[in-house]
Amino acid sequence: MSKLIDPREGVRVLLMGNEAIVRGALEAGVNVAAGYPGTPSSEIVQNLADVAGERNLYVEWSVNEKVAMEVAAAASFAKLRSLCAMKQNGVNVASDFLLHLTAAGTRGGMVLVTCDDPGALSSVNEGESRHFARMVEVPLLEPGDFQEAKDMTKWAFELSEEIRNLVVLRSVTRMSHASGNVTLGRLSDARPKAEFKYNGFILDPLEGPVVSAPVPYKHTLQQEKLKRVREIFEESPFNTYAGPEKPDLLVVTSSACTLYSREAIDVLGVKDRVGLFKLGTTWPLPPELLKKRLASTDQVLIVEEVIPFLEENVKILAAETAREIGVKTFFGKNDGTLPSIGELNPDLVAVAIAKILGIDHVAMPPEYEKKATLMSFAKAPNRELTFCPGCPHRASFWAIHHALLMDNRLGFVCGDIGCYSMAALPCGFSTLKTLHAMGSGTGVASGFGQLHRFGMEQPAMTVCGDSTFFASVMPALVNAIHHRAELTVVVLDNSGTAMTGFQPHPGLKVNAMGGDVPALDIARICAAMGAKVEVRDPFQIEETRETLIRLLDQKGVKVLIMRQMCALSPEKRAKKNYEVKVDEALCLGETCGCNRLCTRVFRCPALVWDKERKKARVDEVLCAGCGVCALICPAGAIRKEEVA
Amino acid sequence: MGTQTLPNDPFNIIITGVGGQGNVLASRVLANMLVRRGYDVTIGETFGASQRGGSVMSHIRVSTRGAWSPQIPKGKADMVVSLEPVEAIRVMKDYGNEEVRILVNDRPIYPVGVIAGELNYPALDEIAGALKDLSKHVWFIDATEEAIRLGNPILGNVIMIGAACGLGILPVGRAEFAEVMKESLAADKLEINLAAFDLGAAKPAAAA
Repeated sequence: MSKLIDPREGVRVLLMGNEAIVRGALEAGVNVAAGYPGTPSSEIVQNLADVAGERNLYVEWSVNEKVAMEVAAAASFAKLRSLCAMKQNGVNVASDFLLHLTAAGTRGGMVLVTCDDPGALSSVNEGESRHFARMVEVPLLEPGDFQEAKDMTKWAFELSEEIRNLVVLRSVTRMSHASGNVTLGRLSDARPKAEFKYNGFILDPLEGPVVSAPVPYKHTLQQEKLKRVREIFEESPFNTYAGPEKPDLLVVTSSACTLYSREAIDVLGVKDRVGLFKLGTTWPLPPELLKKRLASTDQVLIVEEVIPFLEENVKILAAETAREIGVKTFFGKNDGTLPSIGELNPDLVAVAIAKILGIDHVAMPPEYEKKATLMSFAKAPNRELTFCPGCPHRASFWAIHHALLMDNRLGFVCGDIGCYSMAALPCGFSTLKTLHAMGSGTGVASGFGQLHRFGMEQPAMTVCGDSTFFASVMPALVNAIHHRAELTVVVLDNSGTAMTGFQPHPGLKVNAMGGDVPALDIARICAAMGAKVEVRDPFQIEETRETLIRLLDQKGVKVLIMRQMCALSPEKRAKKNYEVKVDEALCLGETCGCNRLCTRVFRCPALVWDKERKKARVDEVLCAGCGVCALICPAGAIRKEEVA
Repeated sequence: MGTQTLPNDPFNIIITGVGGQGNVLASRVLANMLVRRGYDVTIGETFGASQRGGSVMSHIRVSTRGAWSPQIPKGKADMVVSLEPVEAIRVMKDYGNEEVRILVNDRPIYPVGVIAGELNYPALDEIAGALKDLSKHVWFIDATEEAIRLGNPILGNVIMIGAACGLGILPVGRAEFAEVMKESLAADKLEINLAAFDLGAAKPAAAA
């Protein structure tokens, strides 16, 4: 049994932030959940899917975030409780629907959980989602610890039903992927019946049609709801204060920055001088509460990630109420007290507080720091990210890289989001030359594919994953075919959404809940659109490369599907197809003339250069047994033997 | 084995290694052992690179005073459990001090830059010298080798958890390990895991 459906109320367990959010949703009696995988959000929908049977839920990995939000909205319109979860970039995808949704309102409690990634720990940017709450005029909640992640999620459903609109709950990587103690509450046993009522008067929020018109009426109604939210937030237990009545400095913070700020105050030993004002309800701000706290001090430090969202909103309120609360000195991102990029940590906050208060603060003795830093640079070689041993992408990009070299027209590859983004690095032979949003590789390459009329002679290529193909490549591919772009599309089909933990997608016969579903065939879809389609196994390196060279030479839109399952897929993991060994008698090492192709260029982590023996060696613990390296060794020294 | 109180509150443990080594699982096991004894535990994890050969770290904060930052403040580690030799050096730059207890699995995993011949991977005695220069308390443990002898290299992590408990400064030990394992493992796997734990627990004393 999943610990997330533990029926024992009051028991204290260790939960990851994302698990705490799931438990909160289950205590609220969520009925439907949908999302699209994206770090650091993926565990939310996954964990709900895992208990769908026991808790009578419907949970799906939707084709993309916009559809996920639409699926969740339908449940709300039918008076059920629904949740959708995504990483910040996903909210951008869903945002077109988001504005319509919040203008029209919801019925059953509906919560959008967005997990931002300050510092871009698992992203290609550190964009954030809080401003969406302000833009589409709905409440924003930000849990400040793990218990709150649970309690706040549960409450978010109640708030949503009170105002009949979406509530946004924003987490960050250090909350979603961190863990802490959570005291469990009661699981809901509500079993509501789904029914969509539409025959009421057009202005009836519960029985009329769900539309955002008439706009003046609905928009006014939405703003009145926000006024009500402000009043509710004034009394919220998620807004807390710890510190002296009249602090020398007031720290205003939210989310994981609450933990950094608490730690910084503890490390500096300044709890008698510094007040910690932690906000769980960050949009719209509760004005009376803010006024009371701001009035108690002259100096205010706002601690948040990443853009100065809270800072700006607090300053607006301070400006509006300056006559009552007096003029304040603000510290934060705008004045450079805290960095305006990247994630924060306790040390950055401690340095900021120390500076404002004029305290000497040395986190590490300078001599020790110097020694440890030198030691680290000299003796801890950097670990660049790389494809896993046995990863099909290494073989695929080997073929792509060599096909482009042999084509000899300075062709290049446009990429997007997935493990294969790393093909911009040496592990993918630096093959990717543009890298943007999900599906953007095909859209950008579709554009390059029109530039021959301006004298461009380089062939455009793009790569996308199988999950990405369904999520957002299809419209770009339609565009390329319809407009007669010159383009070669490579679909790196590894049978799952590998980067985020192997979630299913529409190309597979299984759904999030383990149910049987029809698989959509990428090859047939592309062919039906009018592309030339071929399918190869990238582990057959030579054949794949030759096919690609041939396709590069043909006109129109060509699709090559490189199909080989991810090395970490549950079906494949820890199963070796081949025992791979280096025959030392055949390995010529540096004298071979291959420039140590296997260890210097191919760069599989399981291939090791033995400095003493001056031979290549296979690390049997790391080797996944794909056998590809045996195909690239010019001396035939890497031997593979089929495992029975 | 095991003490009744924390030497520091919060007590800060770092488990570090390379993506794919089972860092996250190791930190969960140790954290769950501590939660069973009623401690407030906060774990911060870097998982983005966890399957792709990058350096990974889990920060475990053990306290009787609630949740702390998922990132340990600079210079404030109390114990480092390193599943790979050079990763121990890497964490000392930000979190080290002369009193930190460092346990090191002596089996290197070479970065691709080293494999490619662009970077140098220091010899083990050089790594040991560097660590002993940074802390008074360093133990090298042949965890992967022992685990291979037990039949599965992944048991190296259990040996390292055993070694951490074998230092005698954590308020948990074999009993808590067995309880946590019983919840998550099939019964037939328990025995080998307990054997690995015991093997690890004996290591610090033997190495001293």
